[in-house]
Parts: sequence; C-alpha cells; structure tokens
Amino acid sequence: MTLFLQNARLIDPEALSETTGNIVIDNGKIAAIGDMSAPPDAQVIDCGGKYLAPGIVDLGVKIGEPGERHMESFRSAAMAAAAGGVTTIIARPDTAQAIDNPETLEFVTRRAADAPVRILHMAALTKGREGREMTEIGFLRDVGAVAFTDGTHVCEQTKVLQRAFSYAASLGALVIGHPQDPGLSKGTVVTSGKFASLRGLPGVSPMAEQMGLERDLALVEMTGLAYHADQITTARALPALARAKAAGLDVTAGVSIHHLTLNALDVGEYRTFFKLTPPLRDEDDRLAVIGAVGDGVIDVICSLHTPADEESKRLPFEEAASGAVGLETLLPAAMRLYHAGQLTLPQLFRAMSLNPARRLGLPQGRLAEGAPADLVLFDPDAPFVLDRFKLRSKSKNTPFDTARMEGKTLATFVAGVQVYTSEE
Amino acid sequence: MAFRPRHLLGIEHLSPEDIRTVLDLADQYVDFNRRTVKKTDALAGMTQINMFFENSTRTQASFELAGKRLGADVMNMAMQTSSVKKGETLIDTALTLNAMHPDLLVVRHGSSGAVDLLAQKVECAVINAGDGKHEHPTQALLDALTIRREKGRIHRLTVAICGDVAHSRVARSNLLLLGKMENRVRLIAPPTLMPSGVAEFGCEVYDDMREGLKDADVVMMLRLQKERMDGGFIPSEREYFHRYGLDAEKLAYAKEDAIVMHPGPMNRGVEIDGTIADDIHRSVIQEQVEMGVAVRMAVMDLLARNLREDRGRALAGETYV
Repeated sequence: MTLFLQNARLIDPEALSETTGNIVIDNGKIAAIGDMSAPPDAQVIDCGGKYLAPGIVDLGVKIGEPGERHMESFRSAAMAAAAGGVTTIIARPDTAQAIDNPETLEFVTRRAADAPVRILHMAALTKGREGREMTEIGFLRDVGAVAFTDGTHVCEQTKVLQRAFSYAASLGALVIGHPQDPGLSKGTVVTSGKFASLRGLPGVSPMAEQMGLERDLALVEMTGLAYHADQITTARALPALARAKAAGLDVTAGVSIHHLTLNALDVGEYRTFFKLTPPLRDEDDRLAVIGAVGDGVIDVICSLHTPADEESKRLPFEEAASGAVGLETLLPAAMRLYHAGQLTLPQLFRAMSLNPARRLGLPQGRLAEGAPADLVLFDPDAPFVLDRFKLRSKSKNTPFDTARMEGKTLATFVAGVQVYTSEE
Repeated sequence: MAFRPRHLLGIEHLSPEDIRTVLDLADQYVDFNRRTVKKTDALAGMTQINMFFENSTRTQASFELAGKRLGADVMNMAMQTSSVKKGETLIDTALTLNAMHPDLLVVRHGSSGAVDLLAQKVECAVINAGDGKHEHPTQALLDALTIRREKGRIHRLTVAICGDVAHSRVARSNLLLLGKMENRVRLIAPPTLMPSGVAEFGCEVYDDMREGLKDADVVMMLRLQKERMDGGFIPSEREYFHRYGLDAEKLAYAKEDAIVMHPGPMNRGVEIDGTIADDIHRSVIQEQVEMGVAVRMAVMDLLARNLREDRGRALAGETYV
C-alpha cells in the first residue's frame, strides 16, 4: 500500500535542515520526498504543517524480560515507545538474569518479535556481567546481538577487559562501556559537592567519569575496538573524548535525556525518582554536555529507560533502586532543549535517530529516499502536564511527574505502518 | 510564640526565631529539671514512641526521660530486633505504628533522609533523633543552649568543630544552626574526613588544628568512630591523636576562656585527652547531657502544642495552613 504524508515540516538530520514538503511511502520505505502531488490510490494523511522526523532509535532501553516482567515487558515497552516516537528499541542485557548466552538471546528475540516497534538486542560482554570471563561474543553476534555491554557494571580487572576488547575487535563487534572508576563510585548515590554534603549522601567525584573513560580509551587504542561510551555527563570527560576522536579512534559517546534536562539539585528532599546511574550532575556540567551534543562531540541522546517498581523506590534514598523510565518522555523532554534555544530540531534528531542507527549499522534514522519509513509526526509546542499513572510503561518511575512539558507525538510509523495515533 | 513546624526533621527548616523559641523554653526546663519533683502534664495523655533503628543509649535515654517528665506515655521500640529483620519496609513500619495513634515519634535511622520519608506517611509529630550522615537537630539545639548559657549569647562567636566532619550528622546540624545564628564556624579535619564542597556553606576549612583553634570561643570535638580508625581514613589512632586530638598544648591556641564540648561517647586518648575532658573549668560535656533533656522537653512541648492546635482546627473544619 502506498501512503502519502502531505504538508509536513520535514526534519532532515543528515542535512541538518527543515523544509516543508510531502513524503511518499511504498513497501515500508520512503519512496519520494518533495513537493510532488499524491500518487493515484495512495492513502493521504495531512500533517497540518506539523513536524515529521525519522523515528527515534533508543540506544540502551532496559526491559524486564527475562526475570522482571512485572516491571516492563516487551509489549508494554513497545507501546510506550510507539507513544514516544521511538521506532527502534535497542534493549539492554542487564536484566535480572543477564542476557549473556545465545539461548537467552534467542528467547528474548522470540518474545520481542511481535512488538509494534522494532526491538534489537544487546548482549553482555562478560558472563553474568561480572567482569571475569568474556561471553560467547561470536555466537551471540550470529543470533543477532547488535552490541555488547555490561551495563553500569564496570569491569575492575583491566586484563579481562583488554582480552574482551581485543576479541570483540577481531569480530568487528561494537562494545558499549560505562565510563566510571569502579573504586571511586562504589557505594555512592549522588555527585559529590555541597548538595551531597548537605543531604549527608555519599557522593562520587565527577572525576571518576574521566578516569573510567581514559582507561577505556587506552584499551581501545591498544585493541582497535569499536567503542561507545554509554553516558558522558561531565565537562571534564569531554576533552578526552574529543582527543580520542581526533586521533582517529573508532569512538562515539552518548548521554541520557535526564542528564541533559535535570541537575543534581533536582533530588531535593531525597526524591528517589531522581536517583540515576551515573548520578545527576551540577548545572555547569549539564550545560557543557548540551554544548557537546551541539558540537557533535557527544553523538547520541537516549532515554536510559530503566523501569523500577514502586517498592524499590519507596525506600530511603541510599537504599532505593536507581534509574528512571524515559521511552515516553524522551521526545517532550528533548523539546525543552529546543524551546530553550540550546539545540535545533535537526541537531536533536541527529542525536536521537541518525547517529545511533549509524553507529549500529542500521538503515534507520534518515529522511531519505530508500530509507525505512520509520517516522514520527509530532507537535513540538503542544503543552501538557505529565501524569505518571498515564504512562504506558508498567513502571511509573519518571522524574517528570507533574512537570509541565511541551511536545506531543501525533503519530508514529514503523516500516510505513502507523503504530500510534494521538487520541486528540 | 512563633514556633510553627509540625515536625523537627532538621535545623535546615528552622528560622533563627524558631531556634530562639526552643532555647528560651529549654532554659525554663533546665530550672525545672533541677527540682526534686520534676513532672508536668504538658504531654499528659499523649503517646510518645521512640523508634531507634540504630543503637543508642544516651540519646534514647534522654528522649525517654524528657517524655516521662512531660507526662507522656513513652514506649521504646528496639527496631534492630523487630519486624525490620523480617523484611518489613520502613514505610510499612511507619504505617503500622501510625495506626496505633501515637502523638510523637522519635526516630533514629542509619540512612540519610529516612526520617523525612517516614514523616510523610504518619499523622503525628516526628522528631529526627539522627538520620545517617544528614542531621541530628536536637544535638545542635542542646549544644546551642550549652553555649548560650556559658557564653551569654549564641551569635558572633568563633566556633571550631574538629574531627570526623564527613561522617557526622552532629557537625552538619551544628554548622547549619551556628550559621543561621551568625557565628563564625571553622571546620578542622584531615582532608579524608572533610566532606566535599563544605567551603560553600560559608565556613572556614582547616587541616591544621592549631591554626583552626586560634582565638576560638568554643571547641567542639567530634567522635571518631572505631571503624574509621584503621588505615582507611587515617593512618593510625596515635597519629590522629598527635595531629587532631585535643590536648592542653593545642587548646592553648584557643581563647583563654574557650569551652570544650563533645557529643559523646568520648574516645579518651583518640580525639580528646582525658584531663581536658575532666577539666571542670574548660569542659562542658556533662552540662551538654543535662541540656539535652531540657532541649528535648522544649521541642516535644512545642510540637505537642502545634499538634493540638492543628487537630483542633481540623475538628473545627478549618483547613490546615
């Protein structure tokens, strides 16, 4: 079936441009872009001048399968993704039972197969994510692992990491690291400084991120690995990242939308929905990292979607679970950066759609003829107040509860099929 | 009377006026406690529950005595041996106790912020008797009362707080209180026991004890906990005593009439020399214990008044402002 989307503001993250035009979708792909008229017998959708962008490719979503399906299933995550304009989920392996062997990976692949959005899977880099023995990286790649990561568990044994890196490099596998010095960050729950001291909470120096990154980059230089740093959230880590890129290492980096829109003070009176890993940073760091996304030093913005149930959050701050859901709030939160004039819409979609797809070697993320018709139609100005109990995720742990936000998804398309329509 | 708080969770939430109100009333209770018959009916009919999730002897005894002298029915719950061991969460424990209709809950907990969390879930007045490394407000108030009675004022004094500042909720509450009352506060500790970002609190930071003590009116020593003594934070007990233990030689740098305080329990020969602790001309450590009971009586009396007023308003159909 042919679909004709007319009168849209088209966001092209490759050309970093915005134009008004129409799109023809045929066979799940973008067949034409421009000011042509509708082909005969095409289904016409009028976009009413709203914005159309390549669907978001969310690198690093935690789903509770296997083991914690009460927190998030593939189905609930996919519904949340569709409502948030996310057309491809890259699922994390840091589940209750780590996805560290081909059998488990095949199981989750089957479970995720009939979801309304695309779901791709990462696998653990070491068995049980324990940092002792590498996983069957070759077999895991054969059954579809798109990248390898131990999540926020940092390998303390550099020798193990060096071997895993060189083995992964020989297979051309992408490894995602969590740059953090494991010794300094152990037992900490916030960023050190005046606020941490006032609240009496154990804090980690922002220096720990730079230290972790420098170690990983040295190993990348030794092994020639393709490496992505999952979260770069501090100003002091940026020069090391920029130097590695300039030296020609195959390195990219990401940051979560929460670290771009919230800071350490948001924890306030021990609000556990703001407990994240890495912890929220000072305002200076937040602004520096936004700048780095604009400059392209940081490549990817993700939701860092981490479901947690009410029980694990209704605890004293130090004991509470870390992480926040983000699939549905990534787009409206990103609009805060747009409305503040800090990043343009094409820059945002370069970081949310184009770059993560490119990094994983996927054809998504582009608004170009021949690209998959994975699209999001949205209104960046539509205001609303977020009610966490209306989220589609099974877990409701969002830091944006009761926040005033702007930016609503109107429709989401995956391979030319409309998988979400706004009720309004 | 201006004191309006519903709970006493920390010094952070008190105004200088609130603090003065507590100290003025506590002064009256000091005299009261020195009588032979020391019983009033300020809390008659009210139930006070002491929930100590962490071990405590002196603070719990002080709260218990304060409640009994005010006529409350006091119950002590040893939380380490109770339902917490069976896996009950803090909030469920709070809800269970709430259903028994207590009027005052005195809570000590090992996690920073735990008492705030509990206070959100109960309908009575909550007093923080120490939460993790966050606050210990009645300790700061009793220290302030001790200082005011010794020095005649609780403003424009130079107060040196020495020792394990990083792990001390006493230091945090004192820092906040002394700052609110416009005193000059100095923190003295080795860098490993100094929390980060403290200079931004508006205090002076020293790692040399002699410099830090210079011309101080008040010297507050902090307890060094046993588990911090070996290797991790300081090289050894004896090196710590040499550099940061309060002895006559170091105390000589402070003002001639400087008073010496310690929240107890003391480690003689680690953070304080025994002869200094026992010097009745300098040490006010025993007075601190006495002031503790009076301050806790004042705090509970004031919170009980607010509680009665709020409940009266609720009965009259007015909304709580």
